[in-house]
Amino acid sequence: MSTSVDKTRTRPRSNSAGAKLSRFMESPKIGWVAFAIALLMPFIIATPYALNVMTTAAIFVLLASGLNIVVGYCGLLDLGYIAFMAVGAYTAGIVAKSFQLPLLFTIPAVIVMTILAGLIIGAPTLRLRSDYLAIVTLGFGEITRITANNLSITGGPSGIFGIPGLLEIGGIDLQEPAIFYYVTVVVVALFVLAAARLGKSRLGRAWRFVREDEDAAEAMGIHTYKVKLMAYIFGAIWGGFGGILFAAHLTAVSPQSFVFLQSALVLMAVVLGGMGNMRGVVIGALVISLLPELLRDLSDYRYLAFGILLVVVMVFRPQGFWPARGFEPERPAPNEAATESEPAPPKEAIR
Amino acid sequence: MTQLLWDGLFVGSFYALIALGYSMVYGIIKLLNFAHGDIYMLGAFIGFAALTSFGGIPASLSIGALIVVMMLSMLLTGGAGVLIERLAYRPLRGAPRLAVLITAVGVSFSLEYGVAAIAGPNPRAFPVRLEGDVFDVLGARISLPQIILMLIAAALMVLLNFYIQKTSTGRAMRSISLDRNASLLMGINVNAVITRTFFIGSALAGAAGVMAGAYYGKIDFLMGFIIGLKAFTAAVIGGIGNIKGAMLGGLVLGLVEAFGSEWFGGQWRDVFAFGVLILFLTLRPTGILGERVTERV
Repeated sequence: MSTSVDKTRTRPRSNSAGAKLSRFMESPKIGWVAFAIALLMPFIIATPYALNVMTTAAIFVLLASGLNIVVGYCGLLDLGYIAFMAVGAYTAGIVAKSFQLPLLFTIPAVIVMTILAGLIIGAPTLRLRSDYLAIVTLGFGEITRITANNLSITGGPSGIFGIPGLLEIGGIDLQEPAIFYYVTVVVVALFVLAAARLGKSRLGRAWRFVREDEDAAEAMGIHTYKVKLMAYIFGAIWGGFGGILFAAHLTAVSPQSFVFLQSALVLMAVVLGGMGNMRGVVIGALVISLLPELLRDLSDYRYLAFGILLVVVMVFRPQGFWPARGFEPERPAPNEAATESEPAPPKEAIR
Repeated sequence: MTQLLWDGLFVGSFYALIALGYSMVYGIIKLLNFAHGDIYMLGAFIGFAALTSFGGIPASLSIGALIVVMMLSMLLTGGAGVLIERLAYRPLRGAPRLAVLITAVGVSFSLEYGVAAIAGPNPRAFPVRLEGDVFDVLGARISLPQIILMLIAAALMVLLNFYIQKTSTGRAMRSISLDRNASLLMGINVNAVITRTFFIGSALAGAAGVMAGAYYGKIDFLMGFIIGLKAFTAAVIGGIGNIKGAMLGGLVLGLVEAFGSEWFGGQWRDVFAFGVLILFLTLRPTGILGERVTERV
């Protein structure tokens, strides 16, 4: 997934079509190709419905790339990710509406609020076993929704509506669906790129180390708590920006948009796409957000299928369909005989 | 005041029943079984299906019918727990923790939307309602069904405690939670014991599900979500992995909630429980009864 690593693993390859394809998939050009496709899409189909669906999908990609920082890079399970989007959307909505500001100017407030939310949840739990983080974030997601539902500043169950647009300059309203789509695509592309770059940075390598072996990372001098908190906060900021775009897109926010189902869908995108591989995650997000539009008839069984798919992927292909490559050796095959004879990690025996 | 105490203890005994399953599974294989709350939901729906298929039940027999249905539901949810362990968790034993947690979320998701696909997404009214005489004890209004349900819950917990402390399987469970490999060397059939743990934990959650259905009168496919979270909170309060701690934690959480919602308003009930969880994780992550453990490398 990372170009620097890809170079080290170039070995003589055959020139079959498959090899060409896989080389293309690993090349840095693919990002530009995807970006170009996203920009060209409105020329192929530009009905209001299609633009709406594509904008939503782009926002979903942003969320998935943010969650990928937390789950994919750092290996922390966040089950309430949508709460950060809620915090971002509500903060943007409230600030923009009460001061009659364009949403663009709410960015500082959103960043502050999402970092705060990330600290409140992350600071106490990241010192503990990673399981605790999972369930606390699960609770946090639900609590955020309930709080938004109960407070009057957030408009209660009906939420906030009539949120001002992103910005209006020289007669160009960014709220125009086609223009808004382009704005979203550019913003999302920048964030996806930033997340991918972060993954390759010094901090990103620390995240991977923590994911692979926290104790070894600690022994090598990585401040694991700080590093994990950073991952969590970066994830929160990505979610917050998703919230701003969401608020701008719908011009309204209500608690119903932030149920656990949404968090689970984002997680699904990350897991299916391949944890830690930004390209896989982007594709996973597109599949998860566009597939339901194509399979409207099967909506009853859709989520059941998603749940079963999660289990099946974890049992048979835990690295996802397009995993990050070149970092860790393959895991031992998850079969019973191996687990019984293999020495259990001593962590298991703490009690 | 006594009313609040009583309400808290009553709701707390539900939480305790579910927290037990959480805590047992966690104690033995260090797995946070997210699907546990959904097993509770499954129990309620099995009870619902059984009672509906019986047709009309005269009010005088409702308690008896309920107990029969509860037994049935316990058996089936226990079986479901075993099946889940076999299909989803066992292949991943020894896999990285993240993979196991994600699997648990997938199982929870499948259960929720599986039930929604079969029984429909709308809330169902439970066919048997527990209505009975109301006593006045020290200023608290206590109804007969409440007493019966609490007695059932208490009996189940006493039985479980006996099972874990006195039987050989119970001893095996405790030994596995201390050191799985050493237990294996000592000739304990680890897989069989883990299966049994899942059966018992899930059966207790199923019992709680039927009881909650009969008491609140309404069930829906997402009912296990919040209660699972609260049961986890209860387990953490008591000290996760600790059986007596789970019981104590359930009661404490019930009381905290009863008083909290009295003082801050009922709509904050869930927020309050969650705040307690964060507080405990910050100040005393080992819980009330949990001993301090150091994670060894």
